[in-house]
Amino acid sequence: MRGPARRPARKIARTTVGGDNPLTLGLVVLYLSLIVLIPLAAVAVKGVSSGLGSFWSSVTNTLSLRALGITLLMSLIVAAIGAVMGTLVAWVLVRDRFPGQRLLGTLIDLPFALPSIVAGLTLVALYGPDSPVGINIAYTRGSTLLALMFVALPFGVRAVQPVLMELDLEAEEAAASLGAGSATIFRRIVLPALTPAIISGAALAFARSVGEFGALALIAGKVPIASIVIFDDIESGDTQSAAALSLVLMIISLVMLVAIRRTGGRVVGTH
Amino acid sequence: MTLRRPARLSLRVLAIAYITILLLAPLFVVFWRTFEHGFGDAFDWMTTPAAVSALWLTLIIAVIAVPCNTIFGIACAMITVRSHGRLGRWLDAVLDLPFIVSPVVIGLALLLVYGQTGWFSALFADNGIKIIYAVPGMVLATIFVSLPFVAREVTPVLREIGDDQEQAAATLGASSWQTFWRITLPSIRWGVAYGVVLSTARALGEIGAVLVVSSNVAGQTLTLPLLVYQRNEQVGTGESQLLTSVYAAATELAVISLVVLAVMMAFGSRRSSRK
Repeated sequence: MRGPARRPARKIARTTVGGDNPLTLGLVVLYLSLIVLIPLAAVAVKGVSSGLGSFWSSVTNTLSLRALGITLLMSLIVAAIGAVMGTLVAWVLVRDRFPGQRLLGTLIDLPFALPSIVAGLTLVALYGPDSPVGINIAYTRGSTLLALMFVALPFGVRAVQPVLMELDLEAEEAAASLGAGSATIFRRIVLPALTPAIISGAALAFARSVGEFGALALIAGKVPIASIVIFDDIESGDTQSAAALSLVLMIISLVMLVAIRRTGGRVVGTH
Repeated sequence: MTLRRPARLSLRVLAIAYITILLLAPLFVVFWRTFEHGFGDAFDWMTTPAAVSALWLTLIIAVIAVPCNTIFGIACAMITVRSHGRLGRWLDAVLDLPFIVSPVVIGLALLLVYGQTGWFSALFADNGIKIIYAVPGMVLATIFVSLPFVAREVTPVLREIGDDQEQAAATLGASSWQTFWRITLPSIRWGVAYGVVLSTARALGEIGAVLVVSSNVAGQTLTLPLLVYQRNEQVGTGESQLLTSVYAAATELAVISLVVLAVMMAFGSRRSSRK
């Protein structure tokens, strides 16, 4: 009786490029380190380089504290409004049918494509001193809010939209057949299903707004904003204060990042 | 649930009004203001030497940054999807950083490492190589902010495809490079394309980080977004009487971005129809 068939003598080549390839891995890690990790570490180090006491005093001086407070509050408001309006827009995009609907859906991505400084300029143009309709709220907290709503718009919508599309209509139809009104169905069935996505979108909008600079640079005026304070510090050569405040912002962002990932959200890219 | 007509219509109107008030109307006003005094004026402002060199610089920086991030992104996706252990998840988390960190912090970070007194000053500044306050610094900043997009778009595509075809190719004797070039790359091309578009949009529009690392001298190291910023400052101090100059530069940038948005829309639908 013959033995088992012999294996072919030909050597089977590596099946995948990358993956287990140490060279690729090394290069990727090097790229990330040189461009992202080491520079960010430098900020953290610089922030505390003159000692923790100095770090604390640069962060708690009146301007920094005010800027942080206003930035966080604005971002929170934007996240909340973005959640409500985002759900509304997502609803209209998914559950309604009208001409131009697809175009509207694409326009939601406009804040992703448009440079933030152009976004700020458009808002100054319409709602600032040069306004053709006479509305002037530039250089106020209101305009800051508007600018942040602009840049955070897509997050509220895009977080909810796919979930809404996947919703099984059976539960809603069953409720309707049992006599529930639209408001009740929305409150008891749809909203609970959407809540994780809404929160995820709100967290993303918050994280995005906290660090925003470009859209606010032209429209914030004297309103203290954390990123603008950091920028002014850098311009005046006070990199230590800039780094200290940056470190605080970075910690806030990291906390948001962990929270977003924990709830299954994605910061960049599609599902 | 199906809403009654009035409710459905009001929601529709609210949504459209929201988008109009926040996005469309302001954008329209900028376009209108740009051409308010005639096409000639606007065109003049778009073709000043500073404006032309700003456009060139913006494009050149994007042409360097985007391919770098594309190659990185594909490599990163391959590692994320095909490696074992926690490396994939760690990489995935790091990719969120460029998005979540404020652009001015990014600029500061690069300044602290590649600047005159930075961590790597012994390698660069001391040898006369200027990175910060010069174009290389701006390229670095742009790479940083547009880093994650290709990686993030390719990863799910790669995950879905699996490596059956590559395994088959290997048993037929293909080298890993051949396999990559002939099989892997074509299968992820729409993910790559969409990621490239997103990356390009981000690279073209960056202001915060580039503002921190650039020297702001007109005609030398200004990108188009920086030009908008600088012209706006000049209007404030009365150096340039016409707001049109600001609007013109902004319109130029906006038109480029709208083209990118259109490509995004086109690639987006291709991408989802392939899934």
